[in-house]
Amino acid sequence: MEHIRTPKVEQVRLLQRRAGQRKPLLGTLYLSATHTIFVENHPETRRETWVLHSMVSGLERPPGGPTGSQLVLRCKDFRVFHLLFPLERDCVEVHASLTRLSRPESYSELYCLSINPNTNQEEREKSWSLVLPSQDYQRMGLPNNLWVATAANSEYKMCDSYPAQLFVSRWASPAVLMGSSRFRSRGRLPVLSYFHQDTLAAVCRCSQPLSGFSGRSEEDEQMVTAVMKANPGSDFIYVVDTRPRLNAMANRAAGKGYESEDHYGNIKLHFSGIDNIHVMRSSQQRILDVGEQRTPSMSDFLLGLENSGWLKHIKAVLDAGVFIAKAIADEGVSVLVHCSDGWDRTAQACSVASVLLEPYYRTMKGLMVLIEKDWVSFGHKFSHRYGHLDGDPREVSPVLDQFLEVLWQLAQQFPCAFQFNERFLLDLRTLAYSCQDGTFLGNSEKERRSLRLQERSFSVWSRLWRDREKYWNPLYRAEQSQTQGVLRPNTTPYCFKMWKGLYSPAETPAPPAQTPVDFLSSVREGSQQLEQQLANQQEVAAGGPAPLGSRQATGSPDRGANQLPEGGGTQEED
Amino acid sequence: MEFSEHIRTANVENVVLRQPFHPSTKGTLCITGHHLIFSDRESQSCRQVLLLLRNIDAIEKSVENLLGNSGLLSSARWKERAPGPSSGTLTIKCKDLCVFQLDIPGMEQCLNIAHSIEALSSMNEVADMYPFFHRPHDASLQDQWGLSSPQHQYHQMEALQRGRWRLSYVNGDHTVCPSYPPTVLVPKAVSDEVLLKVARFRQAGRFPVVCYHHRKNGKVIMRSSQPLTGANRKRCQEDELLLQAVIDGSDKGYIIDTRSSQQAQQARMTAGGGVESKSSYPGWTRLHRQMEKGKSLQESLIKVVEACGDQTNNMDRWLSKLENSKWLYHVQTALSTAGLLAECVERDGHSVLVHGSEGTDCTLLISTLAQLIMDPACRTLEGFLTLLEREWVQGGHPFQQRCARSAHSHARLQQEAPVFLLLLDCAWQLWYQFPLALGFSEDLLLRLATEAYASDYGTFLCNSDRERCAIGVKEKTHCLFQALLKPEERELYSNPLYESTELAIWPSVHPQSLQLWRGFFLRWSQQGRHLEEAHDEMRNMICQWGRLAVR
Repeated sequence: MEHIRTPKVEQVRLLQRRAGQRKPLLGTLYLSATHTIFVENHPETRRETWVLHSMVSGLERPPGGPTGSQLVLRCKDFRVFHLLFPLERDCVEVHASLTRLSRPESYSELYCLSINPNTNQEEREKSWSLVLPSQDYQRMGLPNNLWVATAANSEYKMCDSYPAQLFVSRWASPAVLMGSSRFRSRGRLPVLSYFHQDTLAAVCRCSQPLSGFSGRSEEDEQMVTAVMKANPGSDFIYVVDTRPRLNAMANRAAGKGYESEDHYGNIKLHFSGIDNIHVMRSSQQRILDVGEQRTPSMSDFLLGLENSGWLKHIKAVLDAGVFIAKAIADEGVSVLVHCSDGWDRTAQACSVASVLLEPYYRTMKGLMVLIEKDWVSFGHKFSHRYGHLDGDPREVSPVLDQFLEVLWQLAQQFPCAFQFNERFLLDLRTLAYSCQDGTFLGNSEKERRSLRLQERSFSVWSRLWRDREKYWNPLYRAEQSQTQGVLRPNTTPYCFKMWKGLYSPAETPAPPAQTPVDFLSSVREGSQQLEQQLANQQEVAAGGPAPLGSRQATGSPDRGANQLPEGGGTQEED
Repeated sequence: MEFSEHIRTANVENVVLRQPFHPSTKGTLCITGHHLIFSDRESQSCRQVLLLLRNIDAIEKSVENLLGNSGLLSSARWKERAPGPSSGTLTIKCKDLCVFQLDIPGMEQCLNIAHSIEALSSMNEVADMYPFFHRPHDASLQDQWGLSSPQHQYHQMEALQRGRWRLSYVNGDHTVCPSYPPTVLVPKAVSDEVLLKVARFRQAGRFPVVCYHHRKNGKVIMRSSQPLTGANRKRCQEDELLLQAVIDGSDKGYIIDTRSSQQAQQARMTAGGGVESKSSYPGWTRLHRQMEKGKSLQESLIKVVEACGDQTNNMDRWLSKLENSKWLYHVQTALSTAGLLAECVERDGHSVLVHGSEGTDCTLLISTLAQLIMDPACRTLEGFLTLLEREWVQGGHPFQQRCARSAHSHARLQQEAPVFLLLLDCAWQLWYQFPLALGFSEDLLLRLATEAYASDYGTFLCNSDRERCAIGVKEKTHCLFQALLKPEERELYSNPLYESTELAIWPSVHPQSLQLWRGFFLRWSQQGRHLEEAHDEMRNMICQWGRLAVR
């Protein structure tokens, strides 16, 4: 509170061009401990605009004109607000307050820790039990006679950025685990990420080996062999280094690098050529600039899109996932994935492959579990990458954005395959940046545990799950061909489009058309209601078992089994 | 029949067909006067492929085992290298952009087939074309031909604005303007004698006629060809009178010229064309919007199709090739010019005259799009087909010349230009931006894109109404638009999401909002199968909802 110099300014004008707004709104600006709030003066609408302080990514004060002083507020979800203050003094004060408020120096200043969690203890505890990685390992049938749980990291002593719960090959002894961990960057040894129950092949993840030009570790080589042995059907594994080959080679000079095929028998190396976080950060800035151009020519746009390189990077991420998924599903060969530290590109590649391989991850719950496991628990540095605290801007990078965009691109090709819609992906992205809940706070499981987040905040997943009706893809059917089995996307360049919903949402035609998703959702709801009415009527009319009998006759048994409870019965009775 | 002289080999057994989306199959290839027929007798399915020869844009031959015959290798070595008889592969590239291969045993047979395809697919005698032989069992030649009638349009206008407009039969025998229909709508104040003089002052006789009447404010869209003012700025009093009658004295009007003002001046100095000068037409304001047509449009199509076939899998290359083709730029220009036209009529409340030079290409393109933007009646399935018939078929778009060849052809370009295809693409952009506002489906646009180039029906034959009358198209062929409205076709060509809106649909012409029409340009690539499943799903949902709602 001590940072707020002016809590309220009247007669402020606000303009948000990206929402398609042409004329500024006149209203009152309030600064609270957590939000900037603008309330329109117009007595009928009194529209409110709320911006969480942690969503602000930049503040500018362009030179003011005769009408007042300007403040430009840039947000991490790419909204841009132009504020016009009648008095320069107010503008300066708000600017100074927001500069401080938008760059919290400690976690305790964040919104998710500013609420009192004890008002609803039961709900809070429930929210944290909604999505757990252990459920997912169970779903994959683990542990089994190939993959076993190890307690080696239960105190985060072997690797402080890994979760406490790890699954490793049954053939890896504790000594091998320790040795392998010592030979891997930041101790991130090869562990299981996804187990494919049909082919018994597995996706494993780690960081780069500390091999330099000729370094070796007997334990690490045994560890890789143990991964191979855990797949009875094959005599080699793929090692997917998601970096460009040149970057991987350059790392050898720093005593790191990649596995030599000579030292590790039975591996095949594959480089995916995904660029590093710095390249991605500037690439996203460029595609954002493309989306923000006001009246570009067609050439400006297409060449700008090409120069941004963004779609090329998205394609590289998807290609890496496709390679892994093919190895697992088609060849039945296990894959070990790493990049440098194994928490950015590795998380992308493993989770894309999982989505392609496993229909479960294409449901809302499934995607939540996948992100909780592959990203949150395996030490993707959310607080650094999405700038939760005032810190090194070079640590910020849109790694999760790219994963979510790959899902969006896939949904363009497979409109019926995903249970969630575009809004789910956009809101998920916003929540990762805004850190409104405890889930994405911090950079590792260890850090989160020491902050006692489960006692002090809520989980993001319960928030999304509560709004699930809004995120439903009306075309999703559990029993449809796209929904089942492995997704085999086409990754020819022309299959990739600019994600307009994220990078250029304002350029929508007029009148703002009702979207097919809205329309189909209302159709779906309408059908369900009618069906309900019909069922009620029949029960009243027949007053007995007859309508029930006819219902059983028409509904096929597996349809009912696959359907989620909120999916509703959509089978008609003729 | 004379086709037979082009057919040296009518039947070949053991031909292998390799086609997108299907496993390659072995079967019998048969060539007739109008068709290539492939039937697969091996599999239970008895798949038969029937292809109009007219649909073939280019054919490439690669004959194997020629080396042995040319004596470069000794016969012993030849046998060693290539056992078995010679064979050839024909790569057939269609105007609907489909590409497939036929492996034909026997070099001579292969060359014979290729020769027949080349000769028969490029026959230009309209009366010999397939529509004159096509006799579907469920239709009769006595059925009504066409959907629109100027009389109907006139009565609608008359109900709203009594006494302003009239039907003129001055072109009853197509002598005043060969590319106009016999009946046209003109201002009531203008007599047929005046029209005759105006026709002489406009290129190819295309005097200004009413093509659209905006119900909300009674304003009209007129279209014509350029005035023949020539280098010494000739005037025509009757022409000025006609345009004055359109805006009825007090008001003002806009002229949208689809050429840049330099191009228009050049046409005046060198080709006897010109523009309506401010001094001679005081009520009218001229707006120039340069639109590409003819050769550069055709080249753009060739480039975009080539870009779509690029196999290098390189993102930068794809985007720069797409940019280089300029196709999306043409889409953008067409939509923004149509938007300008609609804005003049709907927002400013003024009548507009559109023309370029001939007034048979870009003029029709933007007047059609403006009507789709403004008029809800044009957005239903029937409404859209009626619009196309009125503006393009009766309006005199030279389909035969423009759609003679498509993107794969190696022949020298003559008068080909994909203007109609550009229209369909723009209509698709509207459809994509307003998924609920248009009553027709993407399938309809795709079907039309195919039919314009090769068809069983007579609708797109010839270059003008006069030519069609001369060879009896309406008496001897069937009408495509009628066929598309048959109940069994209707479902496929309607948009299940359609909800009519009275509002104008203003498209966004920002490059971010315009998309490559994947459904057309990438129709035969891997993508698309899953999208069809999604469309079926949508249809099912809506049908089910409909069924429940009526109970």
